[in-house]
Amino acid sequence: MSLVADLRDSRELLVNLTRREVKGKYKRTALGQLWSLANPLAQMLIFTVVFSFIIRMEPDPGDPSGLDIFALWLMCALLPWTFFTAVVNGGMGALVGNENLIKKVYFPRSTLVVASTFSATYQWSIEMVVLAAVLVLVGSQLFVWLPLVIVFMVLLACFSLGIAFMLSVANVYFRDTQHFVAILLQIWFYLTPIVYPVRLVAEQSASIGPLFGSVTLLDLYELNPMGRFAEVFRNLMYDNRWPELGDTVACAVWSVAALLIGAWVFNRHTERLAEVL
Amino acid sequence: MSPAAVSVENVSKSFRIYHERNQTLKAAVMRRRRSQYEEFWALRDVALEIPEASTFALVGDNGSGKSTLLKCLAKILFPTEGRVVTRGRMAALLEVGSGFHPELSGRDNIYLNGSILGMKRPEIDRKFDEIVAFSGVERFIDQPVKNYSSGMYVRLGFSVAIHVEPEILLVDEVLAVGDAAFQEKCAEKFATFKREGRTVVVVSHSMPSLRAMADHAAWLEHGVLKEAGPAAGVLERYLDSTHSDVQIDEQGRVRWGSGEARVRDVEVISEHGGATLRSGDEAIVRIHFDAKEPVEKPVFGLAIETSDGTYLWASNTRDAGLSVDRISGRGSVDCRLPSLALQPGTFVVLASIVDSTTTHTYDYLRDAGRFSVDHGPVRESGGPMALQPRWSGVRSGVERA
Repeated sequence: MSLVADLRDSRELLVNLTRREVKGKYKRTALGQLWSLANPLAQMLIFTVVFSFIIRMEPDPGDPSGLDIFALWLMCALLPWTFFTAVVNGGMGALVGNENLIKKVYFPRSTLVVASTFSATYQWSIEMVVLAAVLVLVGSQLFVWLPLVIVFMVLLACFSLGIAFMLSVANVYFRDTQHFVAILLQIWFYLTPIVYPVRLVAEQSASIGPLFGSVTLLDLYELNPMGRFAEVFRNLMYDNRWPELGDTVACAVWSVAALLIGAWVFNRHTERLAEVL
Repeated sequence: MSPAAVSVENVSKSFRIYHERNQTLKAAVMRRRRSQYEEFWALRDVALEIPEASTFALVGDNGSGKSTLLKCLAKILFPTEGRVVTRGRMAALLEVGSGFHPELSGRDNIYLNGSILGMKRPEIDRKFDEIVAFSGVERFIDQPVKNYSSGMYVRLGFSVAIHVEPEILLVDEVLAVGDAAFQEKCAEKFATFKREGRTVVVVSHSMPSLRAMADHAAWLEHGVLKEAGPAAGVLERYLDSTHSDVQIDEQGRVRWGSGEARVRDVEVISEHGGATLRSGDEAIVRIHFDAKEPVEKPVFGLAIETSDGTYLWASNTRDAGLSVDRISGRGSVDCRLPSLALQPGTFVVLASIVDSTTTHTYDYLRDAGRFSVDHGPVRESGGPMALQPRWSGVRSGVERA
């Protein structure tokens, strides 16, 4: 596919565009890169107070790690989620925000979306390193699982990039997309087991019984790819065990499918971007 | 003929003009389909070849499609029909500095912009000092570019772009950036490009600079290729067409202007009154005019071209420091050339009378006169110029190998 060839030929440009995003973001702030940790920390505090202290959500302790700390349990799923939203939002703005460049210079347009994904990945990696350090401090046997964590990080990055490819093009044609997606992401957040365990959904589903045929609420709920990713990251980092095969396969399939469709959509429209913008 | 650097093969480009543009989902849903539009053909079946190592001018009125064509060459736009084949690395100077990030330093932006234009890191490393020196922003190179003056910003952008050293360079009206000294540097750089056998495609409205630079040209009118070929002929005919009051007078000469005063004739006389002019002679170019109405502060202009249309020289009374208060009726004005630096051949004189701001043309007469030059005391072997060389001082065996 020409997209792959384009990207391979412009590695240099990708690196530079990514540096532009990373370096430009916190320029002229006293704390600089530290700000990138402020946001997850604030979210952790808020959600922990609301869902652990006030609502008294009690997820099962990590099995076999034995960890029982709500804040860390939360972060294992929250960080992948914030990464996903960062890629989607960044990718959506990448084409529209670089209108000037696209109209004046030829270069592979996909680099803009990919660079925005890379800069989000960079950020996420720092966050994950901090989280991993804390997990190890409190006794998680994380080290053995690190290679798998990285594999799933790559898969999630592919999935997010695929979605970002599609939405970046959609946003060029319809600027409504970004507002629509902002709402969609809020709903999606609560449809994903981040602030509550899947167990609660499973209990509800069992009490309701099959909805139609043999399809239960849980089956519908598990269609959500982000839910699968949240489970996998929690299994690996918090529980320290193999993720379920179903989740693993779902993650892989969703990632490959999203990336292929996203790249195809993007490829089809890339030539007309300068005209439509 | 040398192989074409760029082949434009029957390129057409249409744009959709939306009657009511839907960029909102609501509008699209309401109408059930993507809104109504009209096709507008910015380019229609344009076929031309841009020869390698040529300086190729694209001319035409506003809206003639020349910028669209340039963008098609640059792969920013894609033709609706037909295709563009390019041979060699290409860089486009459509807008300089458009990829700069305001918060990053000049240094970072050189790397960023360079890689957008397709340079690799070692290449930028190698050219870095040259780029900075050319732009003249050495002292501020580690400052964020948002603190740059607009001149510095543009100079840095231009400098990066021009150091890409493409085989094919596309330029759109950006020749007029920076101060006189910087423009000088740019002109030099373009000349170097040309000498190195690179192809330059330029879109400009500045006829004098095009005439000086270009050797091939294409003229577009309403998206249709009107003419393509050697620059001199194409540019001349384009220029003639742009004057709506262009006339052919009784002697078959092309002229335009409002006509209050007219050039009747131009004579070129040698100092000794003889019929033949020789290289190095003192010559007088005499413009005979007829001012039917009194004209205040006119400016007389002269230009010389070779018989095949190469633009050689021009001068006018305002720039030369002669102010004429007022003319009325018939008269003449002389321009004295102390040493005619032309080699044997036939030359064409163009003459004009314009107002003191040189924006209003009373009369512009192409082919106002012709004259022939014979060889002077020293024969020179080629080209239009006669520099009267004096060879001397053979120093042989002074330098040891």
